[in-house]
Amino acid sequence: MTGLPAQTAPAVKEALGGGGPGPEQEGPSGNGWWSSDAGESTRRNLGLIGVLAGLIVIGIITRPDLYGLDGWWIDNVWAILKLGSTVGVVAVGMTFVIIGGGIDLSVGAIIALAGVWCTTVATQDFGAGGMIFTALAVGLGVGLVNGFLISYGRLVPFIATLAMLVAARGLAAQMSDKKTQQSGNQTINSIAADSFLGVPILVWILAVVVFLGWVLLNRTTFGRRTVAIGGNVEAARLAGINVRLHTMMLYALAGLCCGIGAVMLTSISTSAQAAMATNYELDAIAAVIIGGTLLSGGRGTIVGSLLGVVIFATITNLFALNGLSTEAQNMVKGGIIVAAVLIQQFRFKSVTQFFKRNKVTVTS
Amino acid sequence: MTQHDPVRRRFLLGGAALGAGALLAACTSNDSGDDNNAQTTGNNNASPNANTAPGKKVTIGFSAPAADHGWIAAITTNAKAQAAEYSDVTFNAVEAGADAAAQRSALSTLISQKPDVIVLLPYDGKELNAFGLEAMKAGIPVVNLDRAFPDALAYRLQIKGDNYGMGVAAGNYIAAQMKAKGVSNPIIGEIAGLDNLELTQERSKGFKDALTAAGLKIANRRAAGFTVDTGQAEMSQLLQALPKMDALWNHDDDQGIGVLAAATQANRKEFLMVGGAGSKAAMEAIQADNSVLKCTVTYSPSMASSAISLARLIGQGKGMSDLVELQVPKEIILSSETITKENVSTYLPLGFS
Repeated sequence: MTGLPAQTAPAVKEALGGGGPGPEQEGPSGNGWWSSDAGESTRRNLGLIGVLAGLIVIGIITRPDLYGLDGWWIDNVWAILKLGSTVGVVAVGMTFVIIGGGIDLSVGAIIALAGVWCTTVATQDFGAGGMIFTALAVGLGVGLVNGFLISYGRLVPFIATLAMLVAARGLAAQMSDKKTQQSGNQTINSIAADSFLGVPILVWILAVVVFLGWVLLNRTTFGRRTVAIGGNVEAARLAGINVRLHTMMLYALAGLCCGIGAVMLTSISTSAQAAMATNYELDAIAAVIIGGTLLSGGRGTIVGSLLGVVIFATITNLFALNGLSTEAQNMVKGGIIVAAVLIQQFRFKSVTQFFKRNKVTVTS
Repeated sequence: MTQHDPVRRRFLLGGAALGAGALLAACTSNDSGDDNNAQTTGNNNASPNANTAPGKKVTIGFSAPAADHGWIAAITTNAKAQAAEYSDVTFNAVEAGADAAAQRSALSTLISQKPDVIVLLPYDGKELNAFGLEAMKAGIPVVNLDRAFPDALAYRLQIKGDNYGMGVAAGNYIAAQMKAKGVSNPIIGEIAGLDNLELTQERSKGFKDALTAAGLKIANRRAAGFTVDTGQAEMSQLLQALPKMDALWNHDDDQGIGVLAAATQANRKEFLMVGGAGSKAAMEAIQADNSVLKCTVTYSPSMASSAISLARLIGQGKGMSDLVELQVPKEIILSSETITKENVSTYLPLGFS
């Protein structure tokens, strides 16, 4: 690297809290005071909403009883959102990690470990509060270990979290003696079954986590620093951001989301086992990528990730309602991931990168 | 492979109990403290048998996948506990590793230790067939559990559950119940296990064949992943797809916890559900009779206990004293039995958790 790319300057300024981001900061259409790449993200999210609308049209054609505006449809909306709720919560944490330039492959394993831990007999004796606290503490703790290894141990995120994936599942299997641990706690079990104001509690949890994630990313220094670090670590460090501490916090945040996810999934399945939440890391990463977050970091939105999760859940729902096989469903999901990334690359390379390069040459 | 006449069933039970007679009583009375859920038959029962008396020392090598699933866990627990029942058996378990290739290399080290008999539950019978041939060639009899070797030269004894028969038992029970209730055109759902496993395909085929024979068909089928959360996720979607359902077969009682949770959360109880495998939780639910689960069809991990007993006999060159034969037979297929509220108390001691 010969010098600082020009586009990092505004991000640094932002991170320091000095002045609002300028309109020239990133992308050709950064015209909002609140988000540097609002135009691009909005357009992207509109695209995702278009995909979702297309899926709903398919639903209306194939199953008018459940997608049409009569009878069961609201029930089906809740079914879809409940299906995506756990991955959605995990995807919020994953969005932060990926925007910050990292990746977390261990989220499914953290859920399993937190779930198994909170359903051990010792913990169940402390009631629902004790179980929830345990799950959150285990999630946060494992996230902190991930973050510590990556920040201070200088391990590559891919390696550190891959190691954690294996180790956490191993520990979960050891703790549970490979058995399925049922939750005997009615309060925990009723989280997944109950509603509040007509909306399932799982959907409330998802909504609250998504809202808090959105606020944290878009309205706080923490969020701006995350974007700055993901955009250019060296520049962020020179600008005075404690990159190591901040990176560790990102993984801790992802771990905490997994703790919340563990409570949800334990409640949903009224039990926990070492094999629970298998492939959640892949589901969450796929949703985040479809949502427009750059895998290389520095750009992304929470709303996009949520849309990614909802789109996947809707596909699953459509395939189930029409009695189509899981294999076909996975092929369609794979196709959507590839299509989304292709579009993303095309758009950013052809437009954004072009503008940026031009600016760099002009200013230097 | 699907014939299970009463003679064969008796023969199997006799084999499992090694002629001790009181099979179930033995199960409850011989539990050792640390393995309080193991399915074993002891050698200190009321009616002693020549076969259970201490004989020639036998070293049994053992390997089963370390899958995070109640059934596989019970396989290992049972094998270990059964081996501990015999003073003349040395039990040498090796870790199976993460896949078929890892299990093969672990087993290769086992061959070099020259045990008298090897008992294994292969990740995949086809992939480990070559190992069976190698061990047999080295003069070590191989007892294959559950996942068949395609090559008959690769094993001395094969003991397995009847996957096709499980589907048939579940289908027959549902057909009979629908007839008894007078439901002429029932809506039937199916939650399968992992679709890429041959055992899942066999189970589904048996289920479909039995229903077809009764003039019924499956309205919707979802494949889960043998875990509780995948069972819940697929079931919640199946319930969406079928606003009204009359009967459901769920292939696996472990994932059945999630399937039941989904039914409870959706507040659906208009259908009857049949489970699979025979877990303790499922049997307790059948006994309590307060959920949609009314029946389960067995695929019992007690086969691991039987395999250890028979491996010991093979090592000692003995036969099964209930039979006229002087040696242990070459193949044993467990019958898939139907557990309902009526007979659940008999089976409860065999439930695994």
